[in-house]
Amino acid sequence: MPLMLDDVRRVAALARLELTDDEAAAQLRRINELMERFESLRELDVEGIEPTAHSAPIHNVLREDAARPSLARDEVLAGAPDAREGCFAVPLILEAS
Amino acid sequence: MPAIQTETQYVSSIGMEVHAELLTESKMFCGCRNAFGGEPNTRCCPVCLGLPGSLPVANRLAVELVIRAALALHCSISPIAEFDRKNYFYPDLPKGYQISQYDQPIGSGGWLDIETEAGPRRVHIRRVHLEEDTGKLMHLPTGDSAVDYNRSGVPLMEIVTEFPPDMGSADEARAYLVKLRAILTCIGVSDGKMEQGSLRCEPNISVRPTGASAFGTKTEIKNLNSFRAVHRGVQHELTRQVALLRRGERVAQETRGWNEARGETVLQRVKEVEQEYRYFPEPDLLPLHIDDAWVASIRAGLPELPDAARLRLVDQYGVSAAEADLLTQTAAWTAYFERAAGLCGNARATANWMMGELARLLNAANLEIDQCKAGPEALAELLAMVESGKISGKMAKGVWEAAFETGEAPAAIAARQGEQISDAGALGAVLNSVIAAQPDVWQALCAGDEKKLTFMVGQIMKQTRGKANPGEVNRLLRERMAGGAQ
Repeated sequence: MPLMLDDVRRVAALARLELTDDEAAAQLRRINELMERFESLRELDVEGIEPTAHSAPIHNVLREDAARPSLARDEVLAGAPDAREGCFAVPLILEAS
Repeated sequence: MPAIQTETQYVSSIGMEVHAELLTESKMFCGCRNAFGGEPNTRCCPVCLGLPGSLPVANRLAVELVIRAALALHCSISPIAEFDRKNYFYPDLPKGYQISQYDQPIGSGGWLDIETEAGPRRVHIRRVHLEEDTGKLMHLPTGDSAVDYNRSGVPLMEIVTEFPPDMGSADEARAYLVKLRAILTCIGVSDGKMEQGSLRCEPNISVRPTGASAFGTKTEIKNLNSFRAVHRGVQHELTRQVALLRRGERVAQETRGWNEARGETVLQRVKEVEQEYRYFPEPDLLPLHIDDAWVASIRAGLPELPDAARLRLVDQYGVSAAEADLLTQTAAWTAYFERAAGLCGNARATANWMMGELARLLNAANLEIDQCKAGPEALAELLAMVESGKISGKMAKGVWEAAFETGEAPAAIAARQGEQISDAGALGAVLNSVIAAQPDVWQALCAGDEKKLTFMVGQIMKQTRGKANPGEVNRLLRERMAGGAQ
């Protein structure tokens, strides 16, 4: 079932993206094209095949619980477009909408 | 006669999600320290900041602590467990997704028992899984948000109750959380500190008319950081929903935040629905194979659990069931009690004192028992002094408050404050001077005016600055009265 414009708007809102009407329409076309390609997977018969998340026959790759030094804070914040009071500064995201 | 208007009655259903930060030294997928507080963004590295090219490696102890908790909650342990990505866009997560577990949690199908007014109730647990905690957002005066990623990547366990829910009241929701916290702290998985956010609970609540088969729309409450807040928040939300339905309105599916000061829940955010999280297997982490031997070794390391400890305290120390409940509320309480009772040899007095004076002071100072400066040795010392009559019960309260405040030994505090005067000679001398000062009162008392007795005791207490042994003073007064006025 193809997606509708409302679906695109909802996903955009969750991703905090602002789309113009033209952009939303363009995204709708592109997403539906992608979805159609994935639809072709339905033609495969996967009856009796266990879902596989990993192809490598490796498991339990674990590290011992030991603390190591962290980065210096100026290094941590070096990549931030805006930093204040030792923190990453980001635009306020209103939780209630 | 008009028909009696009967109001629709409602049934409440309460489920709960609980998140507990695990007691590890390092974070879930990197070696940054797992700690509370400190300067922001000082416990971060490329992995927990989600920098390109970094790869997570799971913490063995965190996996084992979740298995431990799942076993203590009577869950079955999945022989194969995997990590998944939960995708959402919010700056508390630098990667754009949280590493969690979706369709193969470590534990599932467990339970714990709570006491309710109607008797014991089994609360079923759907799943226990492992994930990573998120960063913290604070609001800046400029209107922006500041993000601290020290908490990002801290190992976090999620425990979800079964649907349909077994709980139906605020009392039961609180009882569940009290019991769960007791178990988690007892087995050393969580420090249980709700006020620091290392144990967080999100009850989900719905109501439906009595007899209706379909469940009502549920809301979730966040920001409940004490047992009291959980109780008040759930109660408020139940009342709010019933009021909405009675007015013919609908309950909206939403997350509401508890506002402690205002005593109400307020709309917080409209959440993603499950498919919008686009869960998929985490490609950076390989599956966990949890074989029987691994589970057995963890099971063998489980300590005595609160239910068993409760029965044992009743049996071994003769405390009541209600006392045992409180004394097993966390492992620290049980340890404190057993140490103090063992040292002073008076379990009943220890239990009384812990549930009375100690609990009162801890509540007032908003402290946990393991943060208390006056340890079990101090309490035992105090109770021994009370028992031997060195200090009165009344004086003991003052000494205990000082010990609680400063951590100084009760014996030293009592010595400084002056020990209780029980010596008949010393008290007799005080009594003589009081009689000399108040001859009329003394005559009246001896003539049978019993009301004057309290006055005389009060005068003696005043002269000795409260150190006179009240029992001795009474005995002495009676003796003199029997001897008659001189």
